[in-house]
Amino acid sequence: MSKFNTNSNVYTIIYATVIVVIVALLLAVVSSALRPKQQANVELDRKKQVLSSLNIDIKQVNDVDQMYAEVISEQEIDGKQVFVAKTDDGTKYIIPMTGAGLWGAIWGYIALDEDRNTVYGTFFNHDSETPGLGGEITTRGFQTRFNGKHIKAADKYQMEIVKGEAAGEQVQAISGATITSKGVETMINTTLAEYTEFLSGAPAETTEQVEPIEEEAQQ
Amino acid sequence: MKLSDKTKETLLGPLSANNPVIVQILGICSALAVTVQLKPALVMGIAVTIIVAMSNVVIALIRNTIPMRIRIIVQLVVVAALVTLVSEVLKAFAYDVAVQLSVYIGLIITNCILMGRLEAFAMSNNVWDSFLDGLGNGLGYAIILVIVAFFRELLGSGSLLGFQVIPQWCYEHGYVNNGMMMMPAMALILVGCIIWVHRSINKEEK
Repeated sequence: MSKFNTNSNVYTIIYATVIVVIVALLLAVVSSALRPKQQANVELDRKKQVLSSLNIDIKQVNDVDQMYAEVISEQEIDGKQVFVAKTDDGTKYIIPMTGAGLWGAIWGYIALDEDRNTVYGTFFNHDSETPGLGGEITTRGFQTRFNGKHIKAADKYQMEIVKGEAAGEQVQAISGATITSKGVETMINTTLAEYTEFLSGAPAETTEQVEPIEEEAQQ
Repeated sequence: MKLSDKTKETLLGPLSANNPVIVQILGICSALAVTVQLKPALVMGIAVTIIVAMSNVVIALIRNTIPMRIRIIVQLVVVAALVTLVSEVLKAFAYDVAVQLSVYIGLIITNCILMGRLEAFAMSNNVWDSFLDGLGNGLGYAIILVIVAFFRELLGSGSLLGFQVIPQWCYEHGYVNNGMMMMPAMALILVGCIIWVHRSINKEEK
């Protein structure tokens, strides 16, 4: 079959060069052709995630872009990025979070009521947590455990995720996924600490009963 | 379509008698990683089947031009290019699936079944046979993945494809999910059990 020696050095080098150039060219063309579509998907996915933190079942929404435009306005308050949402239940503040799980990055959004204390809803997602264990943070079952809890503690803003039965303001962890649950807790608490200025600037009518705590928080 | 005996053997052999996972013991590493739940196992099985078949075809097409000394590298380049292409296309047109596959799609490149089939079959057979061989081996891999994932999800989480199948009253009467099933080690033990059953059924063939 072979007209020339396919084992010669020259042939080998030329062959390697040609195949690498072809593959590189192919991948570059495909990548740049598909990039706008991919970025649109990433952007759409981000909007879905933000809306999910408002307890909206995203699968029921036909036009995510339109709904996002109607409900969410991206603002910068006290130097921090906050999504302000106008929902049927009043104004909600959505704070983006990033952190680390067991195997890789985790991220999420936490939606707060207008008092900037009560949790209205949450959304979490992950890169590479174990399916069935840490991966469970993406389920509604876990995310709704945060709803109605308060982030204001004695001298700071925090949430507590505990193993086994959760009492009061505590949130029950995922059994078998201790490190991922801890990662979620750390992510929430680090983010809330960064947003202290925003969180302590709650509207006047709700600040009264918690005023002493607030002063401590600012110190 | 009429299949000759050889073609039939190429396509169906890897499903049982010459199964890549339980007879050739290839691709065990990814079989442990993706079988905690049924859904990723299914998607991984389909993805591997498509990529083995495609890369077998490409290698069979260019098999007579490949210099022997760099053939493994050429095979690797073809596989890596195909995996990247599939991943890019999925990100553009099936974003949800791409997110589902996130870590697994990279794992496909390192799957020993791919290199094994390219080296052992596609390098010395024609395009059509190579395509069938890739299809057969991919499906053989997928079957084992699905069997292992079925038991791991059923016994480990009490669900199948994410739906609860073990009724609530079992839990109320003291039934507990087996946490061991979530560990990769149990996948290895399950694969061992499948090999055991398979060998005792096919005793006379050996």
